[in-house]
Amino acid sequence: MAGLEVRGASFTYRGVGGDVAALDGLHLAVADGEPIAVIGPSGCGKSTLLLLAAGLLSPSQGEVAVGGTPVAGPRLTTALIWQDFGLLPWKTVLANAALGLQVRRIGRVERLERARASLARVGLGEFEDAYPGELSGGMRQRLALARALALEADLLLMDEPLSALDALTREDLQDLLLELWLQRRHTSVLVTHSIEEAVYLGRRVIVLTPRPGRAAAEIDNPRMGEPGYRDTPEFYERCAELRHLLAAEGAVGGGPAVDGGPS
Amino acid sequence: MTGSLTRKLVGYLGAALVLLVGWQLLSWAVGSPALPGPLPALAAFVTSFATDLWPHLLSSARRVLAAIALGTVLAVPLGLVLGRSPRLDAVAAPMIFLTYPVPKVVFLPVLLILLGLGDTSKIVLITLIVFFQLLVTARDASRAIPPGSVLSVRSLGAGRADVFRHVVFPATLPDIFTALRIGTGTAVAVLFLAESIAGRTGLGYYIVDAWGRLSYDAMFAGIIGMALLGVALYEALEFAEARMCRWTRVGR
Repeated sequence: MAGLEVRGASFTYRGVGGDVAALDGLHLAVADGEPIAVIGPSGCGKSTLLLLAAGLLSPSQGEVAVGGTPVAGPRLTTALIWQDFGLLPWKTVLANAALGLQVRRIGRVERLERARASLARVGLGEFEDAYPGELSGGMRQRLALARALALEADLLLMDEPLSALDALTREDLQDLLLELWLQRRHTSVLVTHSIEEAVYLGRRVIVLTPRPGRAAAEIDNPRMGEPGYRDTPEFYERCAELRHLLAAEGAVGGGPAVDGGPS
Repeated sequence: MTGSLTRKLVGYLGAALVLLVGWQLLSWAVGSPALPGPLPALAAFVTSFATDLWPHLLSSARRVLAAIALGTVLAVPLGLVLGRSPRLDAVAAPMIFLTYPVPKVVFLPVLLILLGLGDTSKIVLITLIVFFQLLVTARDASRAIPPGSVLSVRSLGAGRADVFRHVVFPATLPDIFTALRIGTGTAVAVLFLAESIAGRTGLGYYIVDAWGRLSYDAMFAGIIGMALLGVALYEALEFAEARMCRWTRVGR
């Protein structure tokens, strides 16, 4: 069971130039096996939300629970996928895929077997001896996914995982993410800047307000995951709806989206 | 692999040829017995090597290797820990800033008095020098590790030891090798100084002794020995780095 519950969580970064309230009393409930997308302007605390859910930060107020248990540190079957940094450039593709298992003290034979299986699943089976520096951006994110699969993660937290990719590679990987979810039915929280990506991969899309982050609005997207959804009129309607919601929050078309500290 | 080895050998031979020709020209131009040409020097190197040179080369090599090993083993873990621990660093940093710029070689007389004229004083002096160069490098390199790399491994459930093993150590290794390479040059230079001042063993002694006897060919045989020692150390580090930091050589 890997439902995520965030109850009134607040988090403030203490910085040199003053404190920044990244999240303020955020409430969010993700059911076990539910894929949601989180979208919002820069500085709305999306990344902080994921760090809290991953157990890398503790909320200054409120509570975060996964599968009904309060999060007190990194959880064995939570996987966090980043836009970059997630891979270790000094380890081969195979060693990167197996890293989570190695940290968990899984024996070498089983570790490599599981890592190889998950590499094959994301189409990187032939690259196990390469280094991340030799891979394209899309392949790197496939590798990050393979690491999560090797962990048999039931909660996937993704922080703008595809935002550095070109449009074609991006759609390719969106399809892979969807396919994996359809097969595995893990709980999935995808933080993204892209409206289309949010609607394609989130059964619910949560809109966060800028600093401090709060859940401002939410759209239901029940047909997410149906074959060919990307080409249906309903998909475009959802995207338009989401764009209006974001405009109301000042994220698109509205005021300047300044990504800096408080002045 | 063999291709790169051949290329390296050809490069070395070419460079050696250029140096030898330059040396010969310089020797002709200077016209002094203190600067013999490469041929008599190399001949002296070859003839003296088997008889009296190699024990000196061996003791020099032993000293510098012991000092580099000792300095590395002491400095790298300490530097990495300091770089990752702001609290320890706050205590240690002022001490490093005060002691690093002091030229360690000035302690040679003190070390000779306290530790005698044998291996110990020389090894301690070179260890000190290597230690500080590596300490500062390891500390700075481990501070510069992107926080994201550490967070990503911690998100997998890694504890402190895992973070060191999987992130801090491999991430800083290329910088440590660079510091080692620079430190090796300094180490051989200081070794010469220490050996030339005290004791009756080592290439430094051999060179200065030959100089005193006005035996310039033998002096240059010693100089060649010292140069070979430096090159061998440098190449050994190059080889180790190629093995341990393969990832830095991909995609170029």
